[in-house]
Amino acid sequence: MLATELQPPARDAAERATAEPAAVRWLLIAVAGAFLALFLFLPLAAVFAQAFERGVAAYLAVFRDEAARAAIRLTLLTAAIAVPLNMLFGIAAAWAITKFEFRGKSVLTTLIDLPFAVSPVISGLIYVLLFGAQGWLGPWLAAHDIRIIFAVPGIVLATIFVTFPLVARELIPLMQAQGREEEEAAAVLGARGWQTFFRVTLPNIKWGLLYGLILCNARAMGEFGAVSVVSGHIRGLTNTLTLHVEILYNEYNFVGAFALASLLTALALVTLAVKSVVEWRVRRAAAHQEPAFVDG
Amino acid sequence: MSIEVRNVTKTFGTFTALRDVSLEVRTGELVALLGPSGSGKTTLLRIIAGLETPDRGTLLFHGEDATTRDVRERRVGFVFQHYALFRHMSVFENVAFGLRVMPRKVRPPPAGVRARVHRLLTLVQLDWLADRYPSQLSGGQRQRVALARALAVEPKVLLLDEPFGALDAKVRQELRRWLRRLHNEIHVTGVLVTHDQEEALEVADRVVVMNAGRIEQVGTPEEVFHRPASEFVLHFLGHVNVFHGRVEGDKALFGPVEVDYPNGSPTGSLEVRGFVRPHDLDLAAQPAHDALLEGSITRIHAAGPMVKIEVLSTDGELIHVETSQERYRAHAWAVGQRVYVRPREIKIFANGSRG
Repeated sequence: MLATELQPPARDAAERATAEPAAVRWLLIAVAGAFLALFLFLPLAAVFAQAFERGVAAYLAVFRDEAARAAIRLTLLTAAIAVPLNMLFGIAAAWAITKFEFRGKSVLTTLIDLPFAVSPVISGLIYVLLFGAQGWLGPWLAAHDIRIIFAVPGIVLATIFVTFPLVARELIPLMQAQGREEEEAAAVLGARGWQTFFRVTLPNIKWGLLYGLILCNARAMGEFGAVSVVSGHIRGLTNTLTLHVEILYNEYNFVGAFALASLLTALALVTLAVKSVVEWRVRRAAAHQEPAFVDG
Repeated sequence: MSIEVRNVTKTFGTFTALRDVSLEVRTGELVALLGPSGSGKTTLLRIIAGLETPDRGTLLFHGEDATTRDVRERRVGFVFQHYALFRHMSVFENVAFGLRVMPRKVRPPPAGVRARVHRLLTLVQLDWLADRYPSQLSGGQRQRVALARALAVEPKVLLLDEPFGALDAKVRQELRRWLRRLHNEIHVTGVLVTHDQEEALEVADRVVVMNAGRIEQVGTPEEVFHRPASEFVLHFLGHVNVFHGRVEGDKALFGPVEVDYPNGSPTGSLEVRGFVRPHDLDLAAQPAHDALLEGSITRIHAAGPMVKIEVLSTDGELIHVETSQERYRAHAWAVGQRVYVRPREIKIFANGSRG
């Protein structure tokens, strides 16, 4: 005690200047901890507890059900279409907004945020109004025997709409910070547009892009509201994972509902883990202004 | 390759960066565009490179119209102010980039690329850093990598945008001399943008002084320094003292000092301003018949090749005088001493204030 008081390390002294009394610190940590336990860890544990309530065999049996398998397949298919499309759109939008000057740029920037601003249910309804039997294009689609609403295309469209800001919003600030000097340097050295993109732009944004894709994927697989409106809930055909969870729950099939929910929860945990790794690499790349790994 | 800029105008929104600018750069020459920020010098450089398109006017490379030629086809080397090195590529890959993106037909084979990159890195004395990344280099090293990268495609024209702006004074001087030597070796037509008059005067064959989107004067360093065409050029190329005089016939009178003013004032004004560089002023301890004014020494700054002395005149004006160390010691000037300021040369501009 005496020894530490005689030789206080300089760093401790600096920390002490802004530190609260121990009691306040512990109280704050306890409040935050209790909140997390109540609203995050408890529900998380409850999902798995309910899923395994009747044992591992009952848990695994859920995944042998054809309707459940169809729901998982549909969710994977939806994400497999929505994520690459949004990647292309996100890169194109971020590229246009950060590297060029054009009329209506601020309008485009605002429009990208639109899916975040409107409720997912409204997003779904837009597609029903457009493509539904009573919608604008409904009669024409019916005449040509094209089904969009209450079918897979509608689900994919709604998912794309809801998730399309995620990649672009991740890339725009990053590309703004990087400026366009490197692209200009590439152009002066004779590089074509696509050479500049693949050799200069893409390597500089790859971690930000990956981060955006992870978020986009998580949202695509977890989307409920918009998909619910356009799906029609046809078991085995237009039920995504989230919709199937709801149906099973409403039928008092708790093990089934929570077993499928545990799948989505696991996805969330994996997303969080990957996100932390990517964030760490982005920070490191920014701090050293050097590549996180070297390719070619 | 010669460059000719004819009547180029460029605006950004409401800001006019260049107003009807014409300039000729001869083959093999190194020209400095010198001016304060916002004078249009960087815009002119970027128009030559093809990174901006002029609103009006034409650009000729070797006598051929290149106004609309794509930046990729111009074969210019451009060194950016902040280097713009590819941050995810090694020094070697940065320099090799221009060769690697060439169309397959003209692209050198891998061994050729390696040989040329190493030759360039040797030229800029950085061969030992080939595997490093830009973030691991000092400012001066980055600058030289940027130069090697620009030279890799064997450009006919080398354009440098404030190449030494972000470096500290000592490195800047070294690189400046090195660039001059390099230019003598490789004989490429060069245009350099700078706001540092010392840099422009030391490096360039000719200096183009720019102000507010216009060219004020084009000339050799000696010409622009000793025979400035306007007050702006005079002010921009170093400190200058301003004295107010009056016109009498074909003479301008500054106290007892008479200067020829053959055409008189074009506006009929009887007032005239005279300009004297600090090193064109002498101090005398005794009243002299040609003394412009008298005053007292308020400050002496003797650390440097020249001694800088500030004199506060009896009219309350601060005059800057520069004298050699020898003369300073011979006279033993001291703060508070009463002195008489004598000009060796007074410059006046016949056409009013802006020239």
